[in-house]
Formats: sequence, C-alpha cells, structure tokens
Amino acid sequence: MAEPSPLDRRRFVLRGLALAAAPLLAGCDRLSGTPWVARLLHAGEAVTHRVQRTLTRRGALAREFPESARSAVFPGNGTIDPGTDAYQAMATAGFADWRLEVRGLVERPARLSLTELRRLPARTQVTRHDCVEGWSAIAKWTGVRMSTLLDAAGVRPEARYVVLRCADLMASSGEAYYESIDLVDAYHEQTILAYEMNDQPLPVAQGAPLRLRVERQLGYKMAKYVMAVELVDRFDHIARGRGGYWEDRGYEWYAGI
Amino acid sequence: MTDGPASHTWLYRHTAATRLSHWITVLCLLVLVPSGLQIFNAHPALYWGERSDPEHAVFALRAIESGDDEIRGVTELWGHRLDTTGLLGASTEDGERVGRGFPAWMTLPGSQWLAMGRRWHLFFAWIFVLNALTFGVYALLSRHLTRDLLPDGRDLAGLGASLRDHLRFRFPAGEPRYNVLQKAAYVTVIVVLGPLVVLTGLAMSPWADATLPLLPALLGGRQSARTVHFALTWALVGFTVMHVFMVAATGVINNLRAILTGWARVHHPGGSDG
Repeated sequence: MAEPSPLDRRRFVLRGLALAAAPLLAGCDRLSGTPWVARLLHAGEAVTHRVQRTLTRRGALAREFPESARSAVFPGNGTIDPGTDAYQAMATAGFADWRLEVRGLVERPARLSLTELRRLPARTQVTRHDCVEGWSAIAKWTGVRMSTLLDAAGVRPEARYVVLRCADLMASSGEAYYESIDLVDAYHEQTILAYEMNDQPLPVAQGAPLRLRVERQLGYKMAKYVMAVELVDRFDHIARGRGGYWEDRGYEWYAGI
Repeated sequence: MTDGPASHTWLYRHTAATRLSHWITVLCLLVLVPSGLQIFNAHPALYWGERSDPEHAVFALRAIESGDDEIRGVTELWGHRLDTTGLLGASTEDGERVGRGFPAWMTLPGSQWLAMGRRWHLFFAWIFVLNALTFGVYALLSRHLTRDLLPDGRDLAGLGASLRDHLRFRFPAGEPRYNVLQKAAYVTVIVVLGPLVVLTGLAMSPWADATLPLLPALLGGRQSARTVHFALTWALVGFTVMHVFMVAATGVINNLRAILTGWARVHHPGGSDG
C-alpha cells in the first residue's frame, strides 16, 4: 500500500482537529445564546432532579457538624443590607413591627411577630452552606421548622410549592428577591426559618430578621429577609415565572447539585 | 507469511462501541473542561477540608489593583505567588484587562456567565456518565477490558524495557497489541481518573452529600472534593495531551483511521519485530 502524500495527511489531520475543536470556538458562545440550546441544556436539571429524588431518601438529613467546625467568618453574599426605607425603619425598631405573613393556599392565614415565632418549638443545627459560586461555610442556625408553620396554617390539598417573599430589592434590577421550594423540602426536618445564627439574632448581612435554611440545596435557595410564606399551586405567574430571582436569570430551580 | 520485513496485515482494532464511546468522550471533555473552568472562575480559589476559609486557600487566582490603575493577575500556590497577568488572575476580555481566574478563551461561555456554564457542565456530565457506564458494561461483557486493556504478566515483565524505549522516544508502532505503558495509561483513565472525577463532582452536590455522607467524608470534605475534582481535570487534560502526542508520533494516519473506521495496519503477528 502506497504511503499517503504529506498533503493528504496534513489535510486529514487539520480536518480532524477542526472537527474536534469546533465546540470550543466562538460557535459555542453563540449556542449559549440560542434559546433551544439553552432549553436543551436545561433538560439536564430535570434529569438530575428526578434521579436525585428517586435514588435518595426523602427525609435524608444533611450532615450536621460539631460547633467547633464553624467558620470564623461567614461570607455575606447577594444583598447584605436591603437598605430600603421600610426595611431601615423595621431594623431600627429591632423588628418589633415586623410580621411574617403565612398566606396563599392555607386554611388559616396568619401574621406572626418575631416573639411569637420564638415561642414556637425551635430547631438548632450546625450545617454547611454551599454557594453556587463554589465556596462553603459552616454556621449554627436556630429557627422554627417550616412544617410547624404549615401545620398550624393548614395547607390546602392543591398547594404544591412554598414561595418565600423577601424584603430586599436586588441592586441590579430593583426586583424583589423571592424563592420557592416544593413540599418535600418544606416538610423536611432541617428546613427551618432561622432567626438566630451562632446564638445571636440573625445579622442584617445574613437576612435579619428571618431567613430560610433548606440544607440539601445551594445557598441561593435560602432566601434572606423573609417577609411572607406563600402557598401556591404554581409559580409561573410570579415575576418571570421560574420560581426564584436567580432562577429567572438562568439558574436551576432544583439546586441540589 | 510471504512478504519480507515489511509484512503488514489489517487488524480490526476498535469495535464500533469503542469508537463511538471514544468520540463521545472527546465531545464531553471539550465541553466539560472549559465549562468547569467557567464554574471555577465564580470563586477562583481552592481549599482543603469542608470549609473555604479565605486565609487557607491552597490555590488561588487573584486580581490585584496595582498603583497605576492596572489590574495584575496573581497565581497563589501554597503561599507562593507568581505574577501571571494576561493568563491567570487577570486577562484581556473584549479588548479590556479584567480580573478573572482563567481567561475568556479557556472558558465556556467565554464571558463570565456561571448559570450557563453550569448548564453546559451538568448536561454533558450526564452524557459523560451514561457513556462511561455503557462503555464499562461493554468492556466487561466483551472482555475488552481483560483481554486488551489490563496488563498481563508478560506485559509487566517488559515494563522496564518499555519504559526505557519510551524515554528514548522509540515508540512501538503498528503493533497488534497495546504496549504495557499504553495499557497502564488507558486503565488508569478508565478505572481510576474517570470514576473519581465523577465522584468528586457528585461530592460537591449538597443533595448527594445528605444521602451519601461518606462521599465527601472520604475525600476530606466538600472543598477537598472540589480541589481533587480540579486536579483530576488537569490530570485528564495531561493524559489527553500525551495521548494526542503519541497518536501523532506513532503514525497519525493509521491511528486516526483505526479510531474512525476500526481498521489498523499492523505488523503481521508472525512477522519480524519491526
């Protein structure tokens, strides 16, 4: 068999390289901006969600750490001070006038003061907070279990999600932060609305007076400055319809990975 | 055996399953590595343990404002600092010097866009995993693993000689069987690096950690898992560079033909040593 000519060889190699490198070239950025590609890639979220939920125990607990494992400094990410006049006034008054609204698809809507929340049975947990950016920090959280509030309010059978309404308007858009979780997470033992961090009242940078802890998901699910817990059967009518402030900007609603 | 020393024959070296799996892996790595670097750029530092205490980073790409309003890129490794402006820590994006871990040309997407980087990464991670599982089952059932990939006693006995030859850049070409170093490299990637890169990735999932607490614990914590995941990425990139070099050095046409069509031209099994 005759040796292929060097020219053939070069063309063959170059063609192979071009083929292999194609996804790395500018085309990939164009693909990222193409709606159907973004939607296709988003299918990965549905697969992950289904597989993780199917293969795992619903009640499996996130690891709890000894107090000695806590981070010396816990980063404040996203909004670290809502800064609105209304929030400022509440903070100055030590959140005495603040009320948590429990509303939506519930039998008995409620408005609870911080004092009333503190009188309910509390749960304390030392857990690791994993940010979507990649960092992790450990802190001790104390608060009331979401299930306690839901049971007291009487969740109507058609309710499927819990939406957290927040006091902070995001700097870049002026839109209010919000988040949503499903009832599996809402009733999970470690899902709490925390009013204390490391034995102190929740600091402003961490969402005073109340933030969500949903320990098996990433940090952006754990809404800070919570003003209302709203039971809904769907969330596509809220803001841009993806179930959360960051979800509306392309992040996954299921943030278990 | 009629010809002289140039005795060749055609060998069906790679089955369709192997070839398909190989190219799916190529596609996956071409997406997973740059999208992984995009995700890394959202917090361009690595740690050991569960927590990311800023003062205990083992590796970091930082952007530092220098006196004359210019951004310098600095790479830190175990307290050693190196100015890597232009490549790591600070590089040019759209004609402007900006602070970012890896440069735009190494990340997917090019601009800083964590949400889209995650979509690419987690979608292709599934393809990578499904492809690896399929290939794993195939390699076991077809005995590809035991027959062609795992080094046997004869291979191991020739390890020293093979090592010497490779170090002298005398590479065996057109052999019907894989040589011992080749087998060791492939088996390491398939049995060790591949599964580990998936497991360390999974160990970063808070949901997986709740179900399999041993996963991050065995690795020393979630941040350790992230660090190992990053190191394994470069081990796989290193393997790929070496692999492509060897493909080129041992008859690029024959090798590419084999991985595209399955057929390789090899020395006649009974012929001379070549």
